[in-house]
Amino acid sequence: MQVSMTVNGQQRTDEVEPRMLLAHHLRDNLGLTATNIGCDSTSCGACTVIVDGLSVKSCTVLALQAEGSQVTTLEGLAGEDGELHPVQAAFQSEHGLQCGFCTSGMVMASVGVLAANPNPTDREVREGLEGNLCRCTGYHNIVQAVLKAAEAGPVAGQVPQTQEVSA
Amino acid sequence: MSILGTRVVRTEDPQFLTRGAVYTDDLTDERLTGALHATFVRSQVAHAKILSVDTEAAKQAPGVVAVYTAADLTDLPPLAPPFPFIAAEFERQWLCTDTVRFVGDAIAVVLTEERYQGEDAAEQVVVDLDVLPAVVGTANAAKDETILFPAAGTNVLAAFGEPAPADFFDGCEVVVEQAVVNQRVAPVPLETRATSAVWGEDGRVTVWCTNQGAQQAKGQIAEWLGLDASLVHLITPDVGGGFGAKIGADPEYALVAHLAKLSGRPVRWTESRSENLTTMLHGRGQDQVVKIGGTRDGKVLAYSLVTDQDGGAYPRIGVVLPTLTMLMTPGTYAFPKVHAQARALATNTTPIGAYRGAGRPEATAAVERAMDLFAAEIGMDPAQVRRINLVPKFDEPHTTLMGATYDSGDYVAALDKALEASGYAELRAEQQARRERGDARQLGIGISTYVEITGADNGAGTGEEAELEVHPDGTATVLTGTSPHGQGHATTWAMLASDQLGIPVEKITVLHGDTDRIPKGGGTMGSRSLQQGGAAVHQAAVELVEVAKKRAAERLEANPDDLIVDLGSASLQVKGTPGVSVSFAELAAEEALMVQTTFTAAAATFPFGAHVAVVETDVESGKATVVRIVTVDDAGTIINPLLAEGQRHGGIAQGVAQALLEEVLYDEDGNPQTSTLADYPFISATELPSFELVEMATPTPMNPLGAKGIGEAGTIGSTPAVQSAVIDSVAHLGVRHVDMPATSMRVWKAVQAAQAGAQHQNGSTN
Ligand code: FES
Ligand code: FES
Repeated sequence: MQVSMTVNGQQRTDEVEPRMLLAHHLRDNLGLTATNIGCDSTSCGACTVIVDGLSVKSCTVLALQAEGSQVTTLEGLAGEDGELHPVQAAFQSEHGLQCGFCTSGMVMASVGVLAANPNPTDREVREGLEGNLCRCTGYHNIVQAVLKAAEAGPVAGQVPQTQEVSA
Repeated sequence: MSILGTRVVRTEDPQFLTRGAVYTDDLTDERLTGALHATFVRSQVAHAKILSVDTEAAKQAPGVVAVYTAADLTDLPPLAPPFPFIAAEFERQWLCTDTVRFVGDAIAVVLTEERYQGEDAAEQVVVDLDVLPAVVGTANAAKDETILFPAAGTNVLAAFGEPAPADFFDGCEVVVEQAVVNQRVAPVPLETRATSAVWGEDGRVTVWCTNQGAQQAKGQIAEWLGLDASLVHLITPDVGGGFGAKIGADPEYALVAHLAKLSGRPVRWTESRSENLTTMLHGRGQDQVVKIGGTRDGKVLAYSLVTDQDGGAYPRIGVVLPTLTMLMTPGTYAFPKVHAQARALATNTTPIGAYRGAGRPEATAAVERAMDLFAAEIGMDPAQVRRINLVPKFDEPHTTLMGATYDSGDYVAALDKALEASGYAELRAEQQARRERGDARQLGIGISTYVEITGADNGAGTGEEAELEVHPDGTATVLTGTSPHGQGHATTWAMLASDQLGIPVEKITVLHGDTDRIPKGGGTMGSRSLQQGGAAVHQAAVELVEVAKKRAAERLEANPDDLIVDLGSASLQVKGTPGVSVSFAELAAEEALMVQTTFTAAAATFPFGAHVAVVETDVESGKATVVRIVTVDDAGTIINPLLAEGQRHGGIAQGVAQALLEEVLYDEDGNPQTSTLADYPFISATELPSFELVEMATPTPMNPLGAKGIGEAGTIGSTPAVQSAVIDSVAHLGVRHVDMPATSMRVWKAVQAAQAGAQHQNGSTN
């Protein structure tokens, strides 16, 4: 079946099997492999992307369900000029990533957390990221990165396509 | 000021944060165009005879190109046990022939055009089994009632050491004995296993796979498939975590390469998480008995550790883990008598391998538990008992009764720093106040001290290579045989070269994980990388400066001894005459400027530290929450504190996870109960506090950097500290021991039993 959606600001129309997950559609059909798949029980959040302003686990959504949606993946987060999004910049400065496998989902989920709560506490960041697992960092520097990104103001909770984002 | 010791942010991050890393499943190499997808058909039963495997229906399923069973692999020799001291009868088949030995044992492989078709087709393979009794747990295995490999005649895979002499505890005023479980856990790197393979017209196979050392993985695949090593080209793409479970190759990787040959097409395989949780190597899995004796004034006189290691269904690295546990038995303590004995047993469960710490956390957990039990028995503060028994500060190597030679250490200072940073006296006062008030939330304080062995292969004198080349455009390339998968070698190795040459870190590219370009390498495991691979890069940079000086001396008509490196301009200049200089880039433009070197460390190093964990336990429910973790982790000289702290953070979290939450469970028939991330309680951000790290750095003489390993220390220290804190939180209610993971249910039961007046000397609180 055909599915059309706007991905990172670009209109995309493709043939997909009805059962194809959005995560696989992004990775296998659109070549956007920053979005990772870390589980088969919607537990890890590695696949988190932003769909119509909401951070969602793309392995819980069929590609067909995203028909007509605005989808932002990690590849679409930096500015046109390549300037890092405040959350991306903070993940680098605070060493919020090691192997990087959780990172795409973690960054997108963090944008969602900051959209819902622009000035979170340490605890609130942890609760906001409960559905995103990381095996490498012990979360310490991820939390620091989100707190640091919050210093950038509301832009830290926004994606470039100027969609409204909420958790 | 040297760049070493500064918080350089990672150069690999911009790509990781904008386009993502490129893991094995992300590869778009054109040689993989048209690759088939492999899907394994795996046993759903822990132990059974195979009566028949019918692949006919599967072969007709949409997209299926081929279905392979053991009958198609008769030209491959079975997989021999990984160590020569394991009886040859414990061999493994590529695909099961007549017996399945754990849930997940591979029976067939389906190759399909598309990913989703594989799962459909795999379900069409009909396997007829005659179920046998399953062996679960070391105690059952030791009975040898059901034997996994009848030809071997026993489930004992290997045995190490002798029983303690009968008079071992003679002269002790107090002796405490406790059975302790160091439970089986799953490493769960967030990237599951994955591989791709393609054969070229030159008869060579190119294998991409997620691993911790390309050279070792290549060697294994070549050996298993009976290929000359020159025919295997192994490439390690970005790797999404390993934690020991990705050391070497797994049989699946070699089999996929073989099937690429049989099918004549490139083949890819990426396992699902449930497949990963049931078939990737697990870690830990020791049943221990600790026995400790000493005087009532706190001096330990004798300590014994007896270990049964669960090896799982087929021998892997797990079989040798107890030898590391034995080596590190006395830990930081100067016990006058030490005894250790162990064996490894086969069970109908997932094979056991290395997991962050691999044998050493088990030693530390055991001895720290023993120290707490001893302290409780004589009524002394656990910090004081430790202080009395710690090996005093030493500058000359200290050899233990188990034969380990600790390079440098000051364990008392580490303990004191951790206690001071935690506000130990105030914590005890607060605990006392809560106990007196009978608060619903009680405070528990756990202390651990540890020493561990890193770069253990130094003892083998294997050495690690590095190649460093400066290019005419002022950039440089480092080739390393280590294999980063999160550790940030691209940045740290660049710092080490930059420190000598002045070439900025951003202009230095670090390459690893391609066996055609880097034929030799030890990989990244056992916290070896900086002290061996990093030291090799440092040595290469030092040597490159010498080579450059000779060439510059001719060009500048100066004496090489009068030349100095000007780091600011990445050039050599005549001392006192800054105008007379030549840059490394200019020298490289004349003639290739490159050095290849091997660094061999003098011996292994022994990082150490002390952790204090503070938990709050809800006495009604038994739920313990970690509220603080204060750690001193002395890994010698630190090159990049930002990254070293990251290693500590990750290690600490995995230790907390084992102490409080995580456990791989099987039912008595060997059915896994934790085969998805919905069931396996992988620790999340909400279950952890932010960590309080205290600095301490005692350099090692074993390498010019003064660096010891930092990758596993956090786990080794935090696991017993947290377990101890949980027990301490309910100690006033009469609880002496709770096994890991100290879940609400376990703690609650322990409290109930203690209050009912039961004794907990046997530690069985399940
Ligand atoms: S892959 Fe989507 S939650 Fe794990
Ligand atoms: S950085 Fe490796 S899983 Fe998070």
